Amino acid sequence: MSKPIEHDYIGLSEQPLPSMEKSSDTNDKKNGLRLKDTELRLGLPGSDSPEREDHDQNVLSLKSFVPGAKRGFSDALDGGGKWVFSGGSGGGSEGLFSPRGGGKNNGGNDLSGPDSGLGGPVLKDGAAQKPQVVQEKKSQRVAGSIHGNGITAAPAPTRAQVVGWPPIRSFRKNTMASHPSKNDDDDNAEANLGSECLYVKVSMDGAPYLRKVDLKISGSYKELSSALEKMFSCFTIGQCGSNGVSSRDGLSESRLIDLLHSSEYVLTYEDKDGDWMLVGDVPWEMFTNSCKRLRIMKSTEAIGLAPRAMEKCQNRT
Amino acid sequence: MESFELKRSKDSVNSDQSAHWSSFPDEVLERVLSRLKSHRDRSSASLVCKDWYHAERWSRTNVFIGNCYSVSQEIVVRRFSRIRSVTLKGKPRFSDFNLVPENWGANIHAWLVVFAAKYPFLEELRLKRMAINDQSLEFLAVSFPNFKALSLLSCDGFSTNGLAAIATHCKNLTELDIQENDIDDIGGSWLSCFPESFTSLEVLNFANLTSDINFDALEKLVGRCKSMRVLKLNRSVSLEQLQRLLVNAPRLAELGTGSFSQELIVREYEELESALSNCKNMHTLSGLWDAKGIYLPALYPACTHLTFLNLSYAALQSLELAKLLPHRRRLKHLWVLDTVEDKGLEAVGLNCPLLEELRVFPADPFDDEIVHGVTDAGFVAVSFGCPRLHYVLYFCRQMTNAAVATIVQNCPDFTHFRLCIMNPGQPDHLTNEPMDEAFGAVVKTCTKLQRLSVSGRLTDRTFEYIGRYAKNLETLSVAFAGSSDWGMQCVLGGCPKLRKLEIRDCPFGNAALLSGLEKYESMRSLWMSACNVTMNGCRLLAREMPRLNIEVMKEDGSDDSQADKVYVYRSIAGPRRDAPRSVLTL
Repeated sequence: MSKPIEHDYIGLSEQPLPSMEKSSDTNDKKNGLRLKDTELRLGLPGSDSPEREDHDQNVLSLKSFVPGAKRGFSDALDGGGKWVFSGGSGGGSEGLFSPRGGGKNNGGNDLSGPDSGLGGPVLKDGAAQKPQVVQEKKSQRVAGSIHGNGITAAPAPTRAQVVGWPPIRSFRKNTMASHPSKNDDDDNAEANLGSECLYVKVSMDGAPYLRKVDLKISGSYKELSSALEKMFSCFTIGQCGSNGVSSRDGLSESRLIDLLHSSEYVLTYEDKDGDWMLVGDVPWEMFTNSCKRLRIMKSTEAIGLAPRAMEKCQNRT
Repeated sequence: MESFELKRSKDSVNSDQSAHWSSFPDEVLERVLSRLKSHRDRSSASLVCKDWYHAERWSRTNVFIGNCYSVSQEIVVRRFSRIRSVTLKGKPRFSDFNLVPENWGANIHAWLVVFAAKYPFLEELRLKRMAINDQSLEFLAVSFPNFKALSLLSCDGFSTNGLAAIATHCKNLTELDIQENDIDDIGGSWLSCFPESFTSLEVLNFANLTSDINFDALEKLVGRCKSMRVLKLNRSVSLEQLQRLLVNAPRLAELGTGSFSQELIVREYEELESALSNCKNMHTLSGLWDAKGIYLPALYPACTHLTFLNLSYAALQSLELAKLLPHRRRLKHLWVLDTVEDKGLEAVGLNCPLLEELRVFPADPFDDEIVHGVTDAGFVAVSFGCPRLHYVLYFCRQMTNAAVATIVQNCPDFTHFRLCIMNPGQPDHLTNEPMDEAFGAVVKTCTKLQRLSVSGRLTDRTFEYIGRYAKNLETLSVAFAGSSDWGMQCVLGGCPKLRKLEIRDCPFGNAALLSGLEKYESMRSLWMSACNVTMNGCRLLAREMPRLNIEVMKEDGSDDSQADKVYVYRSIAGPRRDAPRSVLTL
């Protein structure tokens, strides 16, 4: 019988975690003994020796739900605290924690402090068993979480997800993921509470209804404008009558571009202060931070916007 | 003499009786048995005697196969020759939550090939958790000239091109029901594949699809299918488009709206309200994606006869729900998101006395920071107002033993009790005790309980209760619970009607697995993943019980001796031959 193997609980590591492939010490496992693992470490997360860290990256980045760990972690849970997972791999679902936002994930929720002591999971049958890695099948959030567009989102939720928990079917998961619930006024842009999308309404003068566009998906003004072109290319300005949606036949997508370039229309946005500004005057990040909604307005109504945009920009530090 | 004559007459009476019995015309027997709709009744009837077995199998038109690997295509077609409708279920339920490898199996194609040969007049196919690709859909569409109804629930492997094939070729289609599948959604042009002459569609559900559809084609289709009674749209259909569809389909019994959040001017709103209120037959309403509170009143005059309201894609607040409900006193089935919170559920308790089923889904299941959602209080409030409640699916972040005890006291008729406390292993939030007594109360009080899902911190005591009291339990789902083998042994030793047992992340090992030796053949299946079962334990089980299929799926990088995922099921078809390499059959 092999020794029961204990694993330390590890908090967040500052390093981005590689995806869970075979761990680096598969060789060791063949003996069923992993002596290094059985050493109890009482240090705080991140303070381990380098070789241990390396191992940890591959294997112990996930809090185990190892069976027989029941007693171990139920001791650790006696504080009545929440079950916290750390780490995650390249699954990129909304539960994936951000490697950079470590602040509130350490300490409090963490089970790896000195108190946890023997809180490591105790394995029967001597095998190292890891909980399953986050693998969200065709999650729509993959793109969202890796965007490096510099938006300072609120830190993503702290725990990595255990695969398949809570038990919700993919369709519902994906549906709710792309449209987080709104708690406040409809007119505000979606709050950035750990969700990886930023939907703002886009209205076009003369169009029968609004659309929504995700600013996080567009990484730049150029992408935003082509997204808008696609969305509004179905509208023929002046032909939208009482029956609403006009036929898409015979319209070129370039019509909107033509309209914009011909300065019949301008793209404007309403910022946090409620002012309407021309899109394109400020750096992209600043724009996404302050944009509440977009409006494609007739240029006759847009006179006088440009100067204010520049002033405002200068007023901000 | 007398005695001799008596004896002879006795003999003749006997032979008369036996002649009487066997001369009971088959046609009559078949006619009688054909009235039996429930497949369980039919199975019972077929076991009475050989005559009944044959009469039953000749008269059966609908076959239900709960595990596609429990029987082979050859056996099915040999026994039943007149099948018009097939229901097939494939993967274990945990495949819905990504616990089953993607290429595990349950492919429909081999079945279709056999059906094309033996059941050319097949009319209906209902699949759940099967793998089906576009070629199979095309094959289906062209092989069965009478094909009428296709229902795909939680399946995967196909795209909208497959749907196009169905639309193109199935001239007699009455039902196309696509629900919660993993579809490759290439675009909405499949709708225009229904020919102009096609008018038979009664049920159309494409809520599953995400892409924009060809609205023109849809509008014309709905316009010419005068018998349409179920229409469930996807999110891309706007309110304005919905109104146009409803004008042409006032007889709809079930409606799934598209997105309920377009900005409407007053006239458009009034038109929508009027179109909805014209649907006098409507008893089921769903969709309502992104529903905005201000438009919900459009629903009030309509749907006074609603019995099923599915708001699980509409993030309503408690007040919005509270305003909507007083008009819905006939509601029997209600699905909501936990954004309605406990206050919303209080409104449910106050306004829905006839409620039989409640499902509360989490809007943000993966976010620990969320402090709202529903709690024990909401569930208790519903139980006080809805004594007929018998089906519940409840996702929450906290629960207490006392609350559950109250709930089942108020609603003793639960048949399906699925409680998901979202933090694994979480105890009673007031007393910090395990949730054992909660589920103890459920099984002791709800004698009709058929399905139970447990959660929270649970010791073996929960399973002692279940084994001892849950006499009618058929399906049990367990996750992150139990303390030792004893727990699972209790369940396998009790629960006489257990059919499906699915377990994940529990400390049950070989002793537990093997304690169910005698039981597994009376069950449909057992699933155990991330438990303590080893390969040796599985091999032993396979050796002792040759009529069970034991499949083991390994995790990357796990120890050779661990059986990470085990799927055990009875089968008269022997081990399957289409298992991928990642699945070991013992």
